[in-house]
Amino acid sequence: MQRSDLIALIGLLAFALFPAIAWAGDSLWAVDLGSRMLIYGLAALALNLILGYGGLVSFGHAAFVGAGAYIVAILSFHSFMGGSFLGLPGTGSGFLAFPLAMLVAGGLALAIGALSLKTSGLYFIMITLAFAQMIYYLFISLPDYGGEDGLSLWERSDFGPLDIGNDILFFYLCLLLVLGFTLLKRRLIGSRFGWTLMGLRDNPRRMAALGTPGFRYQLAAFALSGAVAGLAGALLANQTEFVSPSFLSWHLSGELLVIVILGGIGTLYGPIAGAVAFLLLEFLLKEVTEHWQLFLGPILILVVLYARRGLWGLVEGRNGR
Amino acid sequence: MSLLLILEQLLNGLQFGVMLFLIAAGLTLVLGIMNLVNLAHGSLYMVGAFVCAWVSLQSGSFLLGLVAALPATALVGILVELLVLRRLYDRDHLDQVLATFGLILFFNEGVKIVFGARPLRLDLPGWLSGAVEILPGAPYPAFRLAIIAVGLLVGLFLYWLVTKTKLGMLIRAGASNREMVQALGVDIAKLYTLVFGLGAVLAALGGVMAGPIYAVEVGMGEPMLIMVFVVIVIGGIGSIRGAFVGALLVGLTFMLCRAFLPGLFGLFLDPVGAAAVGGALASMAIYILMAAVLIARPRGLFPAHG
Repeated sequence: MQRSDLIALIGLLAFALFPAIAWAGDSLWAVDLGSRMLIYGLAALALNLILGYGGLVSFGHAAFVGAGAYIVAILSFHSFMGGSFLGLPGTGSGFLAFPLAMLVAGGLALAIGALSLKTSGLYFIMITLAFAQMIYYLFISLPDYGGEDGLSLWERSDFGPLDIGNDILFFYLCLLLVLGFTLLKRRLIGSRFGWTLMGLRDNPRRMAALGTPGFRYQLAAFALSGAVAGLAGALLANQTEFVSPSFLSWHLSGELLVIVILGGIGTLYGPIAGAVAFLLLEFLLKEVTEHWQLFLGPILILVVLYARRGLWGLVEGRNGR
Repeated sequence: MSLLLILEQLLNGLQFGVMLFLIAAGLTLVLGIMNLVNLAHGSLYMVGAFVCAWVSLQSGSFLLGLVAALPATALVGILVELLVLRRLYDRDHLDQVLATFGLILFFNEGVKIVFGARPLRLDLPGWLSGAVEILPGAPYPAFRLAIIAVGLLVGLFLYWLVTKTKLGMLIRAGASNREMVQALGVDIAKLYTLVFGLGAVLAALGGVMAGPIYAVEVGMGEPMLIMVFVVIVIGGIGSIRGAFVGALLVGLTFMLCRAFLPGLFGLFLDPVGAAAVGGALASMAIYILMAAVLIARPRGLFPAHG
């Protein structure tokens, strides 16, 4: 077991015990912050799959997060108000809404990826942003679903015996999903698929010469990444019990990029560390001053300048990677 | 729908286009030459607008505001280049995105502290606040005509600067092969700072001219920045000519779709539906344009590097 795995395991334990610690410290509100960290961490993990291992800078991942969030909210809306969504009746069941959120976000990513992967570099960054903006304006112009004002959830998704209306159980659902995807990603990166993806990142020309159908690998990774971002969106909608077009805005896409880079790009656990650090920093600065962004900005710049491999780079030390 | 209305919207599109061009010109030079993704370029546009509005409010003179805004923004831009951005030139685009994202947060909050959180009003000078009859019976705001004129003049100036002067030659050479220019003994650091200052002045000019039309408020640079990136990507990164064509295309598409799409859908949809669908498509139009251009020409219309 490597040092980084050990530290990740300690982190996992800390998360597992977190609600108990918060309860003992009479600050259960912190569980909410913890859930948020996990959700952002999940979205960042998804982004890092294509960003860190595929070298594909998506500046539009908020579109998939937002799509997942809206699917949950829209289905919940119809289950209370009647009517149907694209011929589907509404439902409050998470067992139905969550997979559908992943399916829609993944399908969206498949379509956007298929068009965007024709470009590369900066053009790829911008075209993914363009598609995300299109989705953003699409949702702003849907008055039935709140338009600019957003849409409130009537209640959190129904997971049968697991009542995620309870913040602590919701926290553990988030933790479970983060853990599940981390393990899946770990398997994926060590597989032929992962190596091909990294090969395409490092030397696309050589991979083409080897006869690898690079487009298909990158597209598959992009779609998977979108689907998991959609899952994070479904969780986010449940956490805030509200969705709005701001879930789709380029600010969120930018924040996810920041979280991945902050945590350590192309590292397995870095994105979670980045999410924890980013949200914690935001939370602490907000406690101290109303002008917290004045300090958050320069801190980000300092991290870029002086911690080149992100926070997890510090954890892994010189020999890591 | 009359011919006059179409003409008016064409002019609006042209006006918006040249304003986009002012901001895009500086950004595409920085992107093309220094290979630097500067998300904070919109912040310079915001700083320009705020300085102009503040000085105008204090002095009662729009011109004084303009005269103050350009050097002040140039100074801010050069400071940012010296303190932060020059450390990022040899980093990859991602590091630049993160650092300049940090700059956006810093500038938004900084402007809020210096000028207050409320939007500022920027009044036009009397001689620009009237309307000009472009055709008999068709008045058009004089200020918007002035923007078009200034934008076209700046376009001509940049064309001259880039194609006819030594500085322009270095800029073009720097865009295609930076090591070679350096090897020829050009002080590339100074060149970069200069180009960055020029970009800041152009952004400030855009902000000054946007001020009287849109609100001078914190965060005003961000929607503009995204549109400007659309312009640059359509035109081809690093190309002034591309930025010009791209800006006019985006400006016209944006304004014409916004003016006419809802009416067009009104022909076969009920009014509420037409307004919703038309409005949504109008907002999406420039992104659809960009995606279409990139799918057909993955490096934009006028790619600068081969």
